[in-house]
Amino acid sequence: MSALGSLYRREIRLAVRAGGGAMMGCLFFLIVVTVVPFAVGPDLNLLSRIGPAILWIGALLATLLGLDRLFQTEQEDGSLDLILMSGWPMELIVVTKCAAHWTATALPLVLAAPLFAVFLNLEPVAIAAVTGTLFVGTPALTLIGAIGAALTVSLKRGGLLLAILVLPFTVPVLIFGVSATYGAITDPAPFTTPFVILCAISLFASVLGPIAAAAALRSAQD
Amino acid sequence: MPESMKLCGEDLRCVRGGRVVFDSIAFEARAGRPLLVRGRNGAGKSSLLRLIAGLIRRDRGTLSLTGGDPDLDLSAHCHYFGHQDALKSSLSVTESLTFWQTFFGAPLASVPDALEQVDLAHLAHLPAGYLSAGQRRRLSLARLLISKRPVWLMDEPTSALDKASEARLLELMTDHLARDGLIIAATHLPIALDHADHMEMSSLQSVNADDWVMT
Repeated sequence: MSALGSLYRREIRLAVRAGGGAMMGCLFFLIVVTVVPFAVGPDLNLLSRIGPAILWIGALLATLLGLDRLFQTEQEDGSLDLILMSGWPMELIVVTKCAAHWTATALPLVLAAPLFAVFLNLEPVAIAAVTGTLFVGTPALTLIGAIGAALTVSLKRGGLLLAILVLPFTVPVLIFGVSATYGAITDPAPFTTPFVILCAISLFASVLGPIAAAAALRSAQD
Repeated sequence: MPESMKLCGEDLRCVRGGRVVFDSIAFEARAGRPLLVRGRNGAGKSSLLRLIAGLIRRDRGTLSLTGGDPDLDLSAHCHYFGHQDALKSSLSVTESLTFWQTFFGAPLASVPDALEQVDLAHLAHLPAGYLSAGQRRRLSLARLLISKRPVWLMDEPTSALDKASEARLLELMTDHLARDGLIIAATHLPIALDHADHMEMSSLQSVNADDWVMT
């Protein structure tokens, strides 16, 4: 277990140091959130109505932003060869790398969401709901994205291809994340049902993602 | 160790990108005797090493290791010292090695010792991005010393090394052989190791229609 622990620590270290890109997602998120009010105009009611959707779209795109480098950097410098030879099941390696990637890039988004929600004139309940849904929904985005990252591992500039491959599969996460948030603020709509489905998607992705990504990485080594 | 280790390959065939790289290759590497694989560029030396390491699929043939740990795969017995350094420029020399030691398990030499052996102790805290090509190569070599794995697969081990480092490399290889280790090294330059077995790989020169396999 200490081997996977050290892999996790290494990933975090690489992410927060120069060129690691841990803060890139957060900055991108900030850009999206600040640009929208300029585009839609100073209508506070409209902003608070579309706010949760904007935050979710921003988080989705920000998560995808850094994912293409998840395995590609390892492939380029030969580390992936050594990781494959370590004797650890590739699935566990993928889980560990995804956990580290989530901690370094998605968790800052979740923590920044309450602040950014204020920019969009969200009420306290909506702020809590959007933060909660992002917290349980972003792991699914990272894990589904890992499949795309593994499939595009040997392609230079695979970033856009990754987004095209992965975005359709992240749509359910977006739908249930946003509808749970609206469920918390508008009365007849339920909060619990979409929230529980969102949790289920994350759990499902945590099984399927590593298995599929590991298979893709193995077949890419040729 | 009850019996000395032996790695045998029989009737190996490797196909990459639809082209047969080599066919019907057999070899036997014994503990304490380095196996030097020689051949021209493109003869499939690197492919053979990567095939043994389990990094590319073998199309046909068997690989068997006797005297190893039956619970582990062949690739988990191997250290691969290839063209790429597998170093992250933002991690320091010590951080890099410490990670690989914990990750591979079976610690052998301590990290400061290993750095001393490859003459990098004075650069222990420098990020790997600042190292020269030869220093990166030596750091990569130190990775073979920190974890105990009996089989060393070395692809052009002397490249980018100066005379002194090359001599150091040969000493380290000799030490490993003396500890009943196995070495398979691919090289187009002569390596001065005692009791070496040689294996010549000739490239499949005539690429006729039979060499192309539909995949």
